[in-house]
Amino acid sequence: MLAWTIYLSFAGALLEALLPKDKPALARWSALAIALAGCGLAVLGFAAGVGHGRGVIADVPWVPSMGIRFTLAADGISLVLVLLTGLAAVAGVLFSWNIELRTNEFFAFYLALIGGVYGVFLSYDLFLLFVFYEIAIVPKYFLISIWGSTRREYGAMKLALYSFVGSAMVLIGLLAAYSSSGSRSTGLVQLAHAGLPVSFQMWAFPLVFVGFGILAGMWPFHTWAPTGHVAAPTAASMLLAGVVMKLGAYGCLRVAMGLFPHGMDPWGFSYLGIGSWRDVFALLAVIGIVYGALVALVQSDFKFVIGYSSVSHMGFVLLGLMTLNQIGMTGAVLQMFSHGIIAGLLFAIVGRIVYERTHTRQLAEIEGMHLSKRLPFAAWAFVIAGVASMGLPGFSGFIAEFQVLVGSWSANPWWTGAAGVGIVVGVAYTWRALQLAFFSDAHPVAHIHEHGHELAAITWPEVAGVSMLVAVSLAVGLYPKMLLDAIEPAVKAMLAGGGQ
Amino acid sequence: MNGIPLLTLLTVLPLVGAAIALLSGRHARAVALVTTLAALALALLVWTKLPADGSIGLLERTAWEPSLGIEYHLGVDALGALMLVLSAIVTLMSVDAAHRVHKQPGLYFALVLMLESGLFGSFTALNFFHWFLFWELSLIPAFFLIKLWGGAKRGPAATQFFVYTMAGSVALLLSFLAVFLATGNMDFGQLGALAASGSLEKMVTAHLGPVMMGLAIGVLAGFAVKVPMAPFHTWLPAAYSEAPSPVTMLLTGAMSKMGVYGLLRIALPIFGHQIAQIRTPLLVLAVVTVVMGAWAAAAQKDLKRVFAYSSVNHLGYCLLGIFALAVPASGLATQTSQAAALNGVILQMFNHGITAAALFWFIAMMQERSGGERWIDHFGGLRKPAPVLAGMMGIVLFSSLGLPGLNGFVGEFLIFRGVFPLSWIAATVSILGLLVTAAVILTVIQKVFTGPVLEKWASFPDMHGGERLAMAPVIGLMFLLGLLPQLVVDSINPTVMNLLAHWRF
Repeated sequence: MLAWTIYLSFAGALLEALLPKDKPALARWSALAIALAGCGLAVLGFAAGVGHGRGVIADVPWVPSMGIRFTLAADGISLVLVLLTGLAAVAGVLFSWNIELRTNEFFAFYLALIGGVYGVFLSYDLFLLFVFYEIAIVPKYFLISIWGSTRREYGAMKLALYSFVGSAMVLIGLLAAYSSSGSRSTGLVQLAHAGLPVSFQMWAFPLVFVGFGILAGMWPFHTWAPTGHVAAPTAASMLLAGVVMKLGAYGCLRVAMGLFPHGMDPWGFSYLGIGSWRDVFALLAVIGIVYGALVALVQSDFKFVIGYSSVSHMGFVLLGLMTLNQIGMTGAVLQMFSHGIIAGLLFAIVGRIVYERTHTRQLAEIEGMHLSKRLPFAAWAFVIAGVASMGLPGFSGFIAEFQVLVGSWSANPWWTGAAGVGIVVGVAYTWRALQLAFFSDAHPVAHIHEHGHELAAITWPEVAGVSMLVAVSLAVGLYPKMLLDAIEPAVKAMLAGGGQ
Repeated sequence: MNGIPLLTLLTVLPLVGAAIALLSGRHARAVALVTTLAALALALLVWTKLPADGSIGLLERTAWEPSLGIEYHLGVDALGALMLVLSAIVTLMSVDAAHRVHKQPGLYFALVLMLESGLFGSFTALNFFHWFLFWELSLIPAFFLIKLWGGAKRGPAATQFFVYTMAGSVALLLSFLAVFLATGNMDFGQLGALAASGSLEKMVTAHLGPVMMGLAIGVLAGFAVKVPMAPFHTWLPAAYSEAPSPVTMLLTGAMSKMGVYGLLRIALPIFGHQIAQIRTPLLVLAVVTVVMGAWAAAAQKDLKRVFAYSSVNHLGYCLLGIFALAVPASGLATQTSQAAALNGVILQMFNHGITAAALFWFIAMMQERSGGERWIDHFGGLRKPAPVLAGMMGIVLFSSLGLPGLNGFVGEFLIFRGVFPLSWIAATVSILGLLVTAAVILTVIQKVFTGPVLEKWASFPDMHGGERLAMAPVIGLMFLLGLLPQLVVDSINPTVMNLLAHWRF
């Protein structure tokens, strides 16, 4: 059933491409229907799959002479991320309701991207995973370079090149693993059980981890993220932050850590407390958390604030992975889900609800517009999204980051301390943005007349999208068990199985 | 059908077509279309009649000039047959694209058909003399096609192309004369067997002294010019950009494969041992070809030159695979890697042929519409006036970029899969070529198709029905091979195994 999320999205992309271009409403409604159907399948698949371990969905030979198979399977981690993709896809369509330029093409690229993302999360063959991973790059590029805003061509090209560099590193790791495993198979399970030599894992692990980490916004390879997010149209930045960055983190977990667990073993010497690749990447994650937060604090462009906050929040994911314990890694996966929802919400508010009406994202200009009075819906939505992003209890972000912190404490208390600083700064930048954008008294009310036109009323897709994302974040925050039931056994299996 | 000499028929058919075309004046294109369609049908028939064990089939063998070791000896395995199909497809595409030839159409299409015959002949010949005849025969029409129908600097470009290829051919010829003097034999199969048993080198050394390595280098040089391999590629950008686009389709789509094919059919079986000895410098040159081709493409402003250099890059992967696999097989793992690399090389030959020909076809369409404009920076925003052209060319560009799901990816992946265990340094450095190519192609898409529409292109005509219809099967083929590569891999794999079993490094 879950496999149909992939097929449906690609078929939908094809359908959209063939729709007449002068019927934008048709393109929108059909895209919504396809996204909803995909989301429904994801929910059903999730409900059916929880607690059943790894379920194989499809397994047929693809290129038999090379041992390449079309293998789709889902464990709890995949289920959670597929669910996230389904939800984010629906929300993205809702927040793209106002796209007028070549609407059908927009949704064609959009659904192709979604299909690629579903494919990565469900692939259990390394080659297949790589194929979907590559396929996802192209629609991303077009979504930004055609429908984007600020410096879109630069942003699109930078994102594409970073992605290609990352996938080249992954490709080297893939080829190396394939050739040194001796097994004539590219299946993830087969490769994990192939007994790759420790010395090999020692260099393959960092290579592949960084290759995927680039897309996860790992510091110092994160610089595509803010420019890409800012240049992208709203739905694309929602997807970039919401699910595409998760592709990177997922690859780090499933491929780098799953296939090369011994790559994280101690080197046998240590320098400044760094004694393994695990320490290196944990350090980079912590730097990303603090650095992203500090930079977000001083941005003048509203969307850049959110862009850098993504770098910071993704740092928690990477830190959680590097704890290598049950609670920390569970937190990392939950954080992927939670950040996907919350970042989507933030980008929707900033990029769609606010920017489409104010036509500026400069906080200094928005400051005088008294948006809390003129767009109370946006203000309250941002308050909710902001507190969720700060990690207030009751929202999904709290549970996730809390678990990561607990996990990192038992791994290395210094990490926890530094990440804690990041949380504090996170509160500060969110508060600052909230204050400046919505609740500032800096300018007299008369200033409004300079922007004399009435701001357009909030439309139903915006209300629906915001409500959906808030509800999901609240639901997970209040009852995390529904996701943890899926994540925990899968993480336990990974930790125990020395891989898959 | 055993009695029918299919391969001879296939080779003669375009010559007959050429004669008719020459006489039929402005109907020459119709004659050429019919001829190339028939040739494609025959080539596909040949493909279906291959022996299942991967050996050379459809043999035709008659004495020709026995005292000189010359025989009329024809046959194909899956490698040869795939090249026949490719040549037939590319020639058909080229004839299809050349609907604006007003100057002497009879001669033009006659030359194109002669070139096709030359391709067929050289992909089926199993005797050096016979093969060399067709190798040279294909050069002459190519020269005149550039010289008579080319762009502003066609004269020097044609001459440079001719002189370079001729110089390579002379080196080839001299090497084979030496081999003939030593062995009295010109048959590829028999020479290959002699080489595999080690007696070829002994015979050559006994007759001529220790010149075997020199002979190998001479043969390699001949093919290196044709493919081309750095530093013998300098004729290519001028020739590809000055030739009319339909002729460039033939040059890059089919003729460049004669060089790669020669390496596989002639150089590796007969001089495998020598190539293995100088494998490292050859690998370096292959990597240089890959990386330099991509970088040079990045620096070009002229669309045709961008794709000319990008062709150098793509064929560089073939060279990479060929030289990397030239190691003595030391176990199952090495054999698997060699097989993967060779499968990849053959697939890449086919895929690059289709994709590069399609790219130059699109350039021909763009030139028709823009009054000959090729400068990248002078285009912009073409997606708006010509969405179908942008979409279809976009697919072909992504095939060239090596996007999974399209044909270009599979060959390159198999090559890297095979080369990596054999020489991880060469593979890793060559990945740089993949990255730069990706950047080049994205830049082309960005500059030509996206952005604001320039006023002068506001009414840029989109592809019309006939063009869409002609391009659709090509694009369908790209998806088909990208998604189901085993359709070809399953057929060429026995031949790959058969070839590897007969080579000695």
